[in-house]
Amino acid sequence: MTLPPLLRSASFRLTLIYILLFGGSAAVLLGFLYWATAGTLSDQVDATIEADSKGLAEQYELRGTPGVAAIISERVRRDPGGRTVYLLTDPLRRPLVGNLSDWPTVDPDARGWIEFELRDRDSPDGEVYLARARSFVLQGGLNLLVGREVRELVRTRDMVINAMIWGIAITLALALAGGIAMSRSTTRRIEAINQTSREIADGALDRRIPTRGTGDEFDRLAAQLNEMLDRNQSLMEGLRHVTDNIAHDLRTPLSRLRQTLEGLEEDGLSGPERTARIDRAIGEADGLLSIFNALLRITQIEAGGRRDNFSTVDPGEVVADVAELYEPVAEEKGLSFSLRLDATAEIEGDRDLLFQAIANLADNAIKYSPPDGTVTLHAAGRAVTVSDTGPGIPEEAREEVFRRFHRLEAARSTPGSGLGLSLVEAVAHLHGGRVRLEDNRPGLKAILELG
Amino acid sequence: MRVLVIEDDSEVASYIVKALGEAGHNPTHADTGKQGLFLATTEDYDVLVVDRMLPAPDGLTIIRTLRASDDDTPALVLSALGEVDDRVKGLKAGGDDYLTKPFAASELLARLEALTRRSAKSGNSAETHLAVGDLEVDLLARRVTRAGTEIDLQPREYRLLEYLMRNAGNVVTRTMLLEHVWDYHFDPQTNVIDVHISRLRQKIDKEFDTPLIHTVRGAGYALRATPP
Repeated sequence: MTLPPLLRSASFRLTLIYILLFGGSAAVLLGFLYWATAGTLSDQVDATIEADSKGLAEQYELRGTPGVAAIISERVRRDPGGRTVYLLTDPLRRPLVGNLSDWPTVDPDARGWIEFELRDRDSPDGEVYLARARSFVLQGGLNLLVGREVRELVRTRDMVINAMIWGIAITLALALAGGIAMSRSTTRRIEAINQTSREIADGALDRRIPTRGTGDEFDRLAAQLNEMLDRNQSLMEGLRHVTDNIAHDLRTPLSRLRQTLEGLEEDGLSGPERTARIDRAIGEADGLLSIFNALLRITQIEAGGRRDNFSTVDPGEVVADVAELYEPVAEEKGLSFSLRLDATAEIEGDRDLLFQAIANLADNAIKYSPPDGTVTLHAAGRAVTVSDTGPGIPEEAREEVFRRFHRLEAARSTPGSGLGLSLVEAVAHLHGGRVRLEDNRPGLKAILELG
Repeated sequence: MRVLVIEDDSEVASYIVKALGEAGHNPTHADTGKQGLFLATTEDYDVLVVDRMLPAPDGLTIIRTLRASDDDTPALVLSALGEVDDRVKGLKAGGDDYLTKPFAASELLARLEALTRRSAKSGNSAETHLAVGDLEVDLLARRVTRAGTEIDLQPREYRLLEYLMRNAGNVVTRTMLLEHVWDYHFDPQTNVIDVHISRLRQKIDKEFDTPLIHTVRGAGYALRATPP
């Protein structure tokens, strides 16, 4: 079954439930009001009739039937408007005295109460109105009816009932109108979110959900979703950036490889020349493979898939091993190389990856230091610091150097893939830590903090 | 040596088989895990090359099965580029070495030769003395002499020489040296190993007429008394 969208909306259903609740409670409230007004009036009439009957009964005790008849005729005489109702009949219900021509045809209830219609003898169109009376049987089989006409009571009761019906009707109408307006507004705001989602799904990634600035829950939801969309967009852009860079960075070695291979087709190449060219081609291919390997490795590490190889590692030991491996390289370049080991704390980590990360930092430090520079490796606690006296990295560029394939303009001429620091950062994150770059005045200080 | 290559990728398999054949070895190719396991249990091989990802049974299961039946034929596990680097898993399953595709034929050959030598020698591990030409190493005293002259080596230089000596006559690649001498699996961005080899050469070869440490083009290094 398909309903119109408005009826299907959750907020409209909620509205309906509220209307029911609201209508129900209005009905209960009005019922109480009715009972308190019309009910009280009717009780008052009953009390008056009771008192009247009691009075007549006392007269009957004192003076018998003739006394009662006298009082009745006296009272009837004093009330020409007929607001009171009296009738005394013989046992066959033939009227003896009173202002009723006939005994009412209605049967009394268990307590002797009768409600019956009366015709107004004074009014020309013979207005019919209700009367309420109590019947008694006196000694000797005489019947007595004592009552009051209840025109006012009925009118009041009708008024109250009317007011109640209108009250409920207006309440329900207002609730329904308000509910529809409310669900329209809710539906509209949700539809705005839907619309934006559709546009984004269709490729317009820069669309954002409009907010009203009221700070209500819809605004908060929209703000939250927009924040997520911003993050997604920046990730997408990062990915695109990486893809662009891969394409760009791989094109150069690939075209060099192609040229080298083409060169092999030249005639008159000597054996050693040919071998040298093949070696160069293999070297280019190896370089490309190592870029791919490094990329995949970073992805794997970032995915956290390498925690299997975690064991207890002393960062100091790893730093000492890196220093031992790289010291000759630094010395060959004429750098002074030093290792400082303070007390270190053992951590849970991947020994090979930590070695790789620290080696990358050491490799960078050696690569970018001037010939008479100094490279220092320092381990303390859970932190490893690699400092050099090279050109350093300007403060504003210290974040972007961690991006994959990112290379500073000044570093374009040195060999490297632009993946070294990305890997260091990935390893740091895998170990619950981070890597910071600071000014070594002069040079760069890279601090690897492990969780 | 007789090599069983269990590999379902026909291109990789023919590359390996061709390289082994050219190097004078005797390769057999099995293209399913089932056939490979059958051949490994019924025939006698010097070394196995097992791809990790095979249609059932996979490479690690094959090695585990062989080890469970006391077959200690050395095995080298191959894994594809991009697979999670689970070298530890491969070695735990009983593999003796681990290599990631794509690899150079020289790297595979060097590793296979090292594996067979290691297993051939495991019988007399109480070796106390190594010699190549006039270079001698006393493993107990950790003393190195060449033509009777004592050579003073740093601890790491000693380990480097010892590894080269134990694989004398064979090519050892740079990654093999990193794994066995430095005990780290990692990808050096620069040829750090070359610097260490050149330092060792300074001490071993410089003062003598015949060099013992040779650079093998596109592969690595070899320690031998006569040039190849």
